[in-house]
Amino acid sequence: MNAMENKEKKEKLPRHKMPEQDPKVRIHNYNEVPFGYSEETAMKEASRCLQCKKPACRTGCPVGVDIPAFVKLIAEGKFIEAAWKLKEDSALPAVCGRVCPQEDQCEKFCIVGKKDEPVAIGRLERFAADYERNKGEVKIPELAPKNGKKVAVVGAGPAGLTVAGDLIKLGYDVTIYEALHKPGGVLVYGIPEFRLPKSIVEAEVNYLEKLGVKIITNAVIGRLHTIDELFAEGYDAVFLGVGAGSPVFMGIPGENLSGIYSANEYLTRSNLMKAYLFPEYDTPIVRGKNVAVIGGGNVAMDSVRTALRLGAENAYIIYRRSEVELPARAEEVHHAKEEGVQFKLLTNPVEYIGDENGWVKGIKCVQMELGEPDESGRRRPIEKKGSEFVIEVDTVVVSVGTNANPIIPMTTPGLETNKWGYIVAKDESGLTSREAVYAGGDIVTGSATVILAMGAGKKAAAAIHEYLSKK
Amino acid sequence: MTKILEKVDLSENVVKMVLDAPAIARKRRAGQFVVLKIDEKGERIPLTTVDADPEKGTLTIIFQVVGKTTAKLAAMKAGDELMDLQGPLGRPTHIEGVKNAVCVGGGVGVGVVYPIAAALKKQGAKVTSIIGARCKDLLILEDETRSISDNLIVTTDDGSYGVHGFVSDALKNVIESGEKIDEVFAIGPVPMMKAVAAVTKNYGIKTTVSLNSIMVDATGMCGACRVAVGGETKFACVDGPEFDGHAVDFDLLASRLRMYMTQEKESMDKYRCECHGK
Ligand SMILES: Cc1cc2nc3c(=O)[nH]c(=O)nc-3n(C[C@H](O)[C@H](O)[C@H](O)COP(=O)(O)OP(=O)(O)OC[C@H]3O[C@@H](n4cnc5c(N)ncnc54)[C@H](O)[C@@H]3O)c2cc1C
Ligand SMILES: Cc1cc2nc3c(=O)[nH]c(=O)nc-3n(C[C@H](O)[C@H](O)[C@H](O)COP(=O)(O)OP(=O)(O)OC[C@H]3O[C@@H](n4cnc5c(N)ncnc54)[C@H](O)[C@@H]3O)c2cc1C
Ligand code: SF4
Ligand code: SF4
Ligand code: FES
Ligand SMILES: [Mg+2]
Repeated sequence: MNAMENKEKKEKLPRHKMPEQDPKVRIHNYNEVPFGYSEETAMKEASRCLQCKKPACRTGCPVGVDIPAFVKLIAEGKFIEAAWKLKEDSALPAVCGRVCPQEDQCEKFCIVGKKDEPVAIGRLERFAADYERNKGEVKIPELAPKNGKKVAVVGAGPAGLTVAGDLIKLGYDVTIYEALHKPGGVLVYGIPEFRLPKSIVEAEVNYLEKLGVKIITNAVIGRLHTIDELFAEGYDAVFLGVGAGSPVFMGIPGENLSGIYSANEYLTRSNLMKAYLFPEYDTPIVRGKNVAVIGGGNVAMDSVRTALRLGAENAYIIYRRSEVELPARAEEVHHAKEEGVQFKLLTNPVEYIGDENGWVKGIKCVQMELGEPDESGRRRPIEKKGSEFVIEVDTVVVSVGTNANPIIPMTTPGLETNKWGYIVAKDESGLTSREAVYAGGDIVTGSATVILAMGAGKKAAAAIHEYLSKK
Repeated sequence: MTKILEKVDLSENVVKMVLDAPAIARKRRAGQFVVLKIDEKGERIPLTTVDADPEKGTLTIIFQVVGKTTAKLAAMKAGDELMDLQGPLGRPTHIEGVKNAVCVGGGVGVGVVYPIAAALKKQGAKVTSIIGARCKDLLILEDETRSISDNLIVTTDDGSYGVHGFVSDALKNVIESGEKIDEVFAIGPVPMMKAVAAVTKNYGIKTTVSLNSIMVDATGMCGACRVAVGGETKFACVDGPEFDGHAVDFDLLASRLRMYMTQEKESMDKYRCECHGK
C-alpha cells in the first residue's frame, strides 16, 4: 500500500467520542464528566494519525509535545511508553489532556482536521497519562548529581511545579513556597473536580516530592519571608509563579451585597475547601436557587456548572456580547447547555438590588447590541437605550477577570511591574528587573492557560540553569 | 503541623493558646493575624496574633467560642496539633509617631488591641486603655493590659465590675476630660467600633479600627473579605485589617458577617450532637 492509499483509508475513520456521564445524572454529582477512552478506542483513534513528517500539530503545542511519536505508541498498544514519551515534554500530561484548549492549539493544526475532525490529541494524551498513573508504573527519571545550588520557587501552580520538576532533574536543591495549604494553584482551587479530579493533581505533586522537591505550604512570600530574605537564607535564584489571582469586580452599585461572590471565592470554597460536602466539611457556601454568573469565559462556565451541582433551579450566564464572542471553550459551553444553563447574552448588569437584610435579590441589566470592532477585534457591545430589566436572583458570581496579586511587588524593592501590576519579564527567559529573580505564568502574562504557564516555567528553568551554571 | 504548647481558659468562653510556630513568631508584628485550619475537613479561620516570642518560637492567640471551629479548637489541648497555620497576614499596625494613644477593646477584641497597646508603650507613647465586656466573667487580660497602660479604665455593660456602661461612653469621658489624644485604636464587635468611631468623629480624633470580615484564603485571591472604606472596595486581608474608622461602612460589614448564619448554626448543631453522642 502506498502512502497515499494509506492516507485515504485512515481519513475514513471518524473521530472517536469519549463516553460521558448523562447530563441529568451528572448535575447531581461532582464526578468527572467524560469517562475517557477504553484501550481499544484509544488505539483506533491513534490510528487516525497520519504520522506526518512535518507534524503541524506540534507547532500548535506551546511545549512542543512530540505528538506523532506518542500517538504512534498508543496505536501500537505501548501505552506506558506513550506516557513516558509525553513526559519528555510535558510535566502534567493528565492535566493538559483534560484542560488544554486543544481546538486552538495542537488539534487546530492537525492535517486530518482539514477535511475531517482532527485527531483527538488531547483525549489520547489523557488516556496515556491515566493509564500510567492507574498502573502505578510511574517512572522516576534519572536525576543529575546534586550540584549544591539552591532555588526557591514561589507558588505551586503549573508554572512553579514545572520549574521545580525541571530543576530537580538537573541537580538543584529546590524548595517550593506555597501560600495556600495545598499545592496546585488554580488546578486545586479553581478548576472543579468534575473537570479535573484533584487526585490527579495530587499524584503529580507527589511525583515531584518523590524526585526530591520540598514543598512548604502556608507560606505567603512577602509576608513570611521576603524575596530578599530568601536570598539571605542562601538561595541562588528565585522563580515567581504566583498567578493572577486577584478578582476583578465591575464597580457597579450593590456589588458588595451578601450573596455576591467573586468566581475565585465561589470556586475556592467549593473546590479547595470542599464546601459542596458541607456540613461534613466545615466551609459553608450559599446554595442559591437562582444563580447568575457574570461573564462568559471558562471560569464563568466552571462557576455556573458548580451552581447547578449545588442545587440551583435556574443558573444563568449573563454575558454582554453574543454567543460567537463567548471566550469559553466550545466544549464547555456545550456541556453547560446540556446541563441546563440559561444563557442571557447581549446583557450587561448595571446594578444589584438588595433586600432589607442586605442580601442580593435582583440584577438590573441592560440589553446590548454589537457595534464596531474594538482593539481586540471583537465587536464592541453598546447599551440599548431604555432596555433596562431585572433578573431575580439570590446568588451572583462575578467572573469578569483577575488582576495581579500585589503582595510580592509590594514587598520586593526594585521588582518592575507594568501598569496592571503584572511582573515585567525581560524576555522569554522570564528574567525580571532583579538579578536572579525569574517570573512566569499568569503573573507575567495575565490570566492565560495551564500549558502556557508550563511553557513559561520550562523556559525559566532553562534560563536559571544557564545562569547558575556560569555563576 | 503546628503543636499547641499551652492552653488557658481566660473566661467561660475565651481561650488563650500558645502555639509552636517559630517562623511566624520571628516575623509577626502587632496588628497581623494568622489563618488556621484544624484538620482535613476544617475551615480556614483568621485569628489575631496577640503575642509572639521570637526566641522561643511561640505565638499566642486568644479566641472566643462562637461557632463550630472555635468550639472544636477550644476542645483541643496542649500537645495536640493543628493541621495548618498560615501567617503572618495583613499589614502591621501603623504606630510610628503616635505619642498619646487611647486603646479601646471590647470583648475578645481586648486580645486584639492588647498587642497594639504593648507596641505603643514600647515605643514610648502614653497609653490609656479602655477595656470592656458584657459582664465581669467575660472580661479578659485586665492585668496584662494594666501592666502596659499608663491609665486603665474597665467597663461592663451590666455594671458587675468597673464602670457601668459601654467603652464608647468611657472614651467620651476621657476625651471630655481634656486628655491629649493623637489616635484612638478601637477593636471589638462591629457595633462597638461603630459607636467609638461616631464619638471620635465629633472631636476629629484619628481612629483606627480592625475589621473582622469573613475570610477564606487571606492572601487577596478571593474577595470574601471585601469592605467599603470611603466609598471604595478594599480587601481586608491585604489592604487591612486596619482602616480609618471614620470612613468604614460598618453596616455593610455587619450585614456581610451574617451571610452564613443558617449554615453556621447547622454546623454547630451537628457538632454538638456528635460531641454528645460520644
Ligand atoms: C476557574 C478556572 C478555570 C480555568 N480553566 C482552564 C482550562 O480549562 N484550561 C487552561 O489551560 N487554563 C485554565 N485556566 C487558567 C489556568 O488555570 C491558569 O492560566 C494557570 O493555572 C496559571 O498558572 P500559574 O502557575 O501561573 O498560576 P496559578 O495556577 O494561579 O498558581 C499560583 C500559585 O501561587 C500561589 N501564590 C500566590 N501568591 C503567593 C505568595 N505571595 N507566596 C507563595 N505562593 C503564592 C497561589 O496560592 C497559587 O497556588 C483556568 C483558570 C481558572 C481560575
Ligand atoms: C483579621 C481577623 C482577626 C480576627 N481575630 C480574632 C481573634 O483574635 N479572636 C477571635 O476570637 N476572633 C477573631 N476573629 C474572628 C474569628 O475569625 C471568627 O470568630 C471565627 O472565624 C468564627 O468561626 P466559628 O466556626 O467558630 O464560628 P461560626 O459560627 O462559623 O461564625 C461565627 C461568626 O464569625 C464570623 N466568621 C465565620 N467564619 C469566618 C471566617 N472564615 N472569617 C472571619 N469571620 C468568620 C461570622 O460573622 C459568623 O457569623 C478575627 C477575624 C478576622 C477577620
Ligand atoms: S500539551 Fe496541550 S497543546 Fe500540547 S499536545 Fe498536549 S493537549 Fe495539545
Ligand atoms: S498533524 Fe495530525 S495527523 Fe499529522 S502527526 Fe499531527 S496529529 Fe498526526
Ligand atoms: S480573604 Fe480572600 S481576598 Fe481577603
Ligand atoms: Mg465556622
